[in-house]
Amino acid sequence: MPGMELVLFEEDYTSINEILATLVRETNSKFALLVDRSGQLISSQGDTENMDSLSFASLSAGNYAATSELAKILGQEEFSVLFHQGTNESIHLSVVAKRVILVVVFDNKTTLGLVRLRVKKAVEELSGIFNRIFQKVAERGAEIPSFLGDTFSSVAESEIDNLFKD
Amino acid sequence: MSLINYSSREINCKIVYYGCGLCGKTTNLLYIHEKLPHDIKGKMVSLATDTDRTLFFDFLPLELGTVNGFKTRFHLYTVPGQVHYDASRKLILKGVDGIVFVVDSQRNRFDENIESFENMKKNLQLQGYRLENIPYIFQYNKRDLPNCSPVEQLEGTLNKNQVPCFESIATTGIGVFDSLRAISKLVIAHLSRQTAR
Repeated sequence: MPGMELVLFEEDYTSINEILATLVRETNSKFALLVDRSGQLISSQGDTENMDSLSFASLSAGNYAATSELAKILGQEEFSVLFHQGTNESIHLSVVAKRVILVVVFDNKTTLGLVRLRVKKAVEELSGIFNRIFQKVAERGAEIPSFLGDTFSSVAESEIDNLFKD
Repeated sequence: MSLINYSSREINCKIVYYGCGLCGKTTNLLYIHEKLPHDIKGKMVSLATDTDRTLFFDFLPLELGTVNGFKTRFHLYTVPGQVHYDASRKLILKGVDGIVFVVDSQRNRFDENIESFENMKKNLQLQGYRLENIPYIFQYNKRDLPNCSPVEQLEGTLNKNQVPCFESIATTGIGVFDSLRAISKLVIAHLSRQTAR
């Protein structure tokens, strides 16, 4: 639902991270990211220490969005998988539950075939989790903790005044 | 669409700078990036043409710090303003939490500002949003130029809902942080109201 926030709880987040970690391990990939289609980084596993994950997430989403529009021009709903082959490293992108992008970066320590195989399994598992999350958010009566009350707003405003100044 | 992660205690919000070509959207982000300290800002990404016109988007992540135990971030984006990049503009609006509509105050850009505003409303609708439900502000830029339309005229034409507006000279930074503070606060207030329901 447009405008509704994406809310991740501990149990779901733990499951998501386990699936990503297993994917990275089983494919011998460098890292895997989960990015929502607006460009926000949801989670990452693997070797991302020396990498600008936020920019990577934003660009991945932009990339996916642009190619989705190309697909529509061709009369298709979207391309479910994108693959960019590099000299040393390659990127595999696939969509999860229509709203999240799974990005896997790998080098010649593994093969595209293995990545595709394991990604397919990971996408199925992640789709189940995210569909549950979206269901929970859609049903606002499912008592999502409303911690962001007046205190959060006033404290955040104070920080905004403090940091964003000439 | 804000991302709230209760597990890792993170909140991310997306703010988009929209407006016609060369109105000052990228200039806003460049100024913000130049002035903020390293611990608040991330790397700025600009997908631009050889002549420095925005091709797809600019992206600048900002970290507000920890608020009530939650690491709070704003992700700033600009859209490409040139008319023929409409398909790209629509995509950048996906998941938007707040908009700064940058107006080129020059008299000879008057009609283009109106077209850009209508274009924004149309693209929001295509993404399933309604402008009335999204926090937004106006930034009347280039107020230093001699051939500017009066703010009252711009307000009367564009700002029918009387949302907050700011005069600016983005090249020198005047009004840039005023606008950023205002839209950030509106986004936070909107988010607080949504999660308090």
